[in-house]
Amino acid sequence: MSKKIFERPRYLKDAAFHYCPGCGHSIIHRLVAEVLDELGIGERTIGVPPAGCAVLAYNYLDVDMGEAPHGRGAAVATGIKRILPDRIVFTYQGDGDIAAIGTAETIHAANRGENITVIFVNNGVYGMTGGQMAPTTLLGQNSTTTPGGRNRRRDGAPLDLSQIIAVTGGSVYIERTAVHTPKHVRRTKKALTKAFKTQMNGLGFSLVEIISQCPTNWKMSPVDSCRWIEETMLSSYPLQVIKDEVGDL
Amino acid sequence: MIGEAAVRAGCRFYAGYPITPQNELTEYMAGAMDRIDDGVFIQAESELAAINMVIGAAMAGARSMTSSSSPGISLKQEGISYLASQELPALIVNTMRGGPGLGNIAPSQGDYFQATRGGGHGDYRVIVLAPASGQELADLTRTAFDYADRYRTPVMILGDGMMGQMMEPVTFPEPLDPSALPPKPWKLDGAAGRPSRVIRSLLLDPSVEEELNWKLVRKYEAISRDIPAAETYLTEDALLVVIAYGTAARIAKGAIKGLRDKGLRVGLFRPVTLWPFPVHALRRLIPSVTDFLTFEMSTGQMVEDVRLALEGDGRVHFYGRPGGIVSTPDEIASVIEPLYVRQGLDRIPQGPPR
Repeated sequence: MSKKIFERPRYLKDAAFHYCPGCGHSIIHRLVAEVLDELGIGERTIGVPPAGCAVLAYNYLDVDMGEAPHGRGAAVATGIKRILPDRIVFTYQGDGDIAAIGTAETIHAANRGENITVIFVNNGVYGMTGGQMAPTTLLGQNSTTTPGGRNRRRDGAPLDLSQIIAVTGGSVYIERTAVHTPKHVRRTKKALTKAFKTQMNGLGFSLVEIISQCPTNWKMSPVDSCRWIEETMLSSYPLQVIKDEVGDL
Repeated sequence: MIGEAAVRAGCRFYAGYPITPQNELTEYMAGAMDRIDDGVFIQAESELAAINMVIGAAMAGARSMTSSSSPGISLKQEGISYLASQELPALIVNTMRGGPGLGNIAPSQGDYFQATRGGGHGDYRVIVLAPASGQELADLTRTAFDYADRYRTPVMILGDGMMGQMMEPVTFPEPLDPSALPPKPWKLDGAAGRPSRVIRSLLLDPSVEEELNWKLVRKYEAISRDIPAAETYLTEDALLVVIAYGTAARIAKGAIKGLRDKGLRVGLFRPVTLWPFPVHALRRLIPSVTDFLTFEMSTGQMVEDVRLALEGDGRVHFYGRPGGIVSTPDEIASVIEPLYVRQGLDRIPQGPPR
């Protein structure tokens, strides 16, 4: 008799992802679903999707989901969590959503120490709107609004939001990971697990920044996108535990 | 008054941001929520954050509110549009001040258009209630939460700096137990033993968005049928009626009292719901009332609803003072009296009371 060794996680709906080939969102969605299942919290979890490519996360994640206006995920999650402190509340946000239009909401939610988990997917570009410059876009990187490459004097330098969040008093666990190799996918799952455990233990604001590939807007093949992350993007966004005040959980 | 009434109406979530002339409410809620085990008060980093926290609390099923004054309400419009689209109940209190722009902190009614036309982007309406006394502030606060839950829609209480600062004796209703309120079978509290729920706003398929729009229209039609409210004062034999709401109505009432003593057949029509506008109650004054003087602390906004309601049946006049100027009853009387004479109403013999 054959043995089932791989299956769709319980909290992932039976739906085909709309994401582009090679996009990191599908991997990250699956990781979130696996972690919710393994921690046994899926039935008391409420997710807050962003405006952006992942706005349709509720088509895939089989938990209660409440859509936030662009950038306001941390504020909406704050409202939910304060009313239902025994539930698990997470936001899922892209770099444009969280590091540009939602900067204030994110920093202040972290500073208040809201006991929520933020999943911050950083692909260095506005994906859904067609590849404009994001606050995270690298210097010299082409985008539809930086045709000659991002120029420091004209466009500013890449913003490392996770480092900013780390200096707030209420953030307790921040880690940057990636999903361009199986090794990094496994590391990301560990970080997500720790972030949710941080919340389950009532310790405060947790954030996992996940460097993710966007082959379509980078105008690269999926394989080249993964290589570009390893060779180029990670030098601006080194993978590391940025803040850990929770220890082993 | 609003704060205590809100707590007694079962409100358990308040998020706000400092702005004059309504800080008393924010400060009251800070203390009141602190005294309740399950009460939540958050001083938000911005008006935007405050209204979005209210969205979250409403999703989680709590009676939730925020408050601000004109410039802050402009910032909240993003969230109010989402509340309407996601069919979430919430109370927003606007204590209007002089504008546009930063304006001043004096009483004004310049936000009537913004309040009654939706205010934010998209095709929606917000229920707008306009109290004119401390007691009515307290009563309408509970009504506002009831309407918000019943119709799953944002409700606005539209006051002004005068109402925000006044002190009057008030009898509060008995406190409600939030757990005794009707259940919200749509709220997000974790999908334990039931299918997961989504409260969304993005509807990419135009036919689905259209469906939501028509659904909202049907709801707004029911609201327009069920809740319009207005106060009439000395309108039975009136030939000229002043139409005013909130603080302006109180001022007008003073003027009307004085003019009645001089024998002028004048009355007051005071909309309590600004949206839906009390069209039928106003039209009941036709044809015995021939002249309608709309008085607003603005350059003329509600007067457009008056014209729409009367559809040419009656002469519509306007007097307004914008910018935070509060007229006196004498000033209003000095507008009404010559108008009354100019329209020949002083020459109409006293008929039998209607």
